[in-house]
Amino acid sequence: MTPLLSVENLSKRFGGLKAVNEVSFTVPEGSIKALIGPNGAGKTTLFNLISGVIAPDTGVINFGGNYVQGLRPHQIASKGMARTFQHIRLFPKMSVLENVMIGRHIHSKAGFVAGMLSMPYTWSEEKRIKAKAHDILAFLELENLADIEATSLSYGQQRNVELGRALACEPRLLLLDEPAAGLNMSETAELGSLISKIRDTGITVLIVEHDMTLVMEISDEILVLSYGKKIADDIPLAVQSNSEVINVYLGEDEEDA
Amino acid sequence: MSAKFLQISGFAVAIVAIQIVTQLTDSSFLLTQLTMTAYYSLLVIGLCMLIGYAGQISLGHAGFFAIGGYMSAFLTTHDLTVLKGKPFVALLSKFGLLVVKKDLYGAELLAFHPWPACILSVCTVLIVAYVIGGPVLKLKGHYLAMATLGFGIIIYRIVLGTSGLGAADGLSGVPGFSLFPGVMIGGGGPGKILNYYVAWGIVVAGMTALLNLIGSRVGRALSAIHGAEDAAEAMGIPTANYKLRVFVLSAGFAAIAGVLLTHYNGSIGPSEASVMKSVRYVAIVAIGGMTSLWGAISMSLILNYLSLRGSFGTYDDAVFGVILILIMLFAPDGLIRRQVLGDLKSLFGRFTRKGAVT
Repeated sequence: MTPLLSVENLSKRFGGLKAVNEVSFTVPEGSIKALIGPNGAGKTTLFNLISGVIAPDTGVINFGGNYVQGLRPHQIASKGMARTFQHIRLFPKMSVLENVMIGRHIHSKAGFVAGMLSMPYTWSEEKRIKAKAHDILAFLELENLADIEATSLSYGQQRNVELGRALACEPRLLLLDEPAAGLNMSETAELGSLISKIRDTGITVLIVEHDMTLVMEISDEILVLSYGKKIADDIPLAVQSNSEVINVYLGEDEEDA
Repeated sequence: MSAKFLQISGFAVAIVAIQIVTQLTDSSFLLTQLTMTAYYSLLVIGLCMLIGYAGQISLGHAGFFAIGGYMSAFLTTHDLTVLKGKPFVALLSKFGLLVVKKDLYGAELLAFHPWPACILSVCTVLIVAYVIGGPVLKLKGHYLAMATLGFGIIIYRIVLGTSGLGAADGLSGVPGFSLFPGVMIGGGGPGKILNYYVAWGIVVAGMTALLNLIGSRVGRALSAIHGAEDAAEAMGIPTANYKLRVFVLSAGFAAIAGVLLTHYNGSIGPSEASVMKSVRYVAIVAIGGMTSLWGAISMSLILNYLSLRGSFGTYDDAVFGVILILIMLFAPDGLIRRQVLGDLKSLFGRFTRKGAVT
């Protein structure tokens, strides 16, 4: 399969620290790829580089045939990349429905003038936005929460709303930053089947996750980072038996190495 | 949609009711202050959009108001007779942008017609806001407040120090602004009631536009920027661009308010550019409830009117300063909001409990 995302020799340095060091990998279209590694391995930095929050020092990022390194996050988002955040970033004082409606921003076009004059075409656009948001809430079984203030929900529900907001963008690539953090075992299992379901609708998923059960279960490929460097990039079974990965995760015997 | 329509209709009815009351109580002299209040309210609702909905502070809006007012005043009073032969002036004259009129002493005066003066002034403010907003809106919170405050102070010192703008006296003799034949803003003489309705009519139009905007895709995006800027950006909202646009929009409201009030009053002075004016506008938006245009406009109506009637005496500026401090300390979400009753209850509950203990 052709890669939807391909990253080549990506590096980012913070002062003397090489947070991401010459990392290359691809994410095939229609797959679930997991990004794992111990704390401080550079997973979040890599995520921020891909989504445009920070610009890389060197290297290129090709997303769907376009080079996107150095673009602003909103430009990359409008090319079909949506993300969730490690610490939930829902919009406060807005309902669940409104939060999901924000996800439709890139698929609608009413601007300042059209909005102020309330041009007729904006009404039908609003209707379409609302209908799509309701569809997504139905997909996530959140319909009954539509009018509740999003930030007043339980942690697990907020995670799902954030996921819904990202899905509303109808992304080609969905970036999930530790979606299972803070979820219990049954919630995590549900999340796993939900992510698989999302992939089955044709959305490619790149996920940072610490929960190894989840990662092994849903991923098609796993990329392992340690100290900013790629140490493995393979199917789950191969990664599980990779000696370097085992070393990184089960305590490294530096003297022996 | 219909709720919005009802609110605006209610607002229009209230405007008519106030006029009728002044008529019945034979106090139509109050319409002058009420008309001035309308123009200040225009600035306040624009600022409410910026502060309350987009979450960006500005302590420089009196500056935008003053640029609009002063520029329109200057263009409509500055005599171009000596430059009559110059090609540029001849060109302006040819397009009918200039008018000849008589000043107080009967001397002939060649100056801009209010319409082109108004348009030039508002456009200038929009450009200034755009140029200032670009770099300044990269700042957040206190830093943005400081930067806009600095802008306000600069404008104040410029109008105070420029003799061409009348220095401490300001500019006077500004002609009335004939919007259409028969509809004249200011210019003295009759038309008090007409002026009142024109002014509030413009505010109703401004309110309608802003309420539409708030209910639209852009309004939602602005709330998102206010709530979580990084997440808004990740959803494809060009946050920097939207912040700049809403800043320019609110400056435009300030400019129109400045131009029209100047023509209505026939003069403008440096106090309109003072920092305390900016503080006053922010205080009104704050007490009105930040995220409520209706709260902002009702507080603007009450406080501006009282201030213009001189109810606060020499403590005028102090009153607004104190209001701002109290609101920030005790009700940072503003006074006018839905939970206000609950808050009052809990407040009284606390006092009575405290009373019981002591």
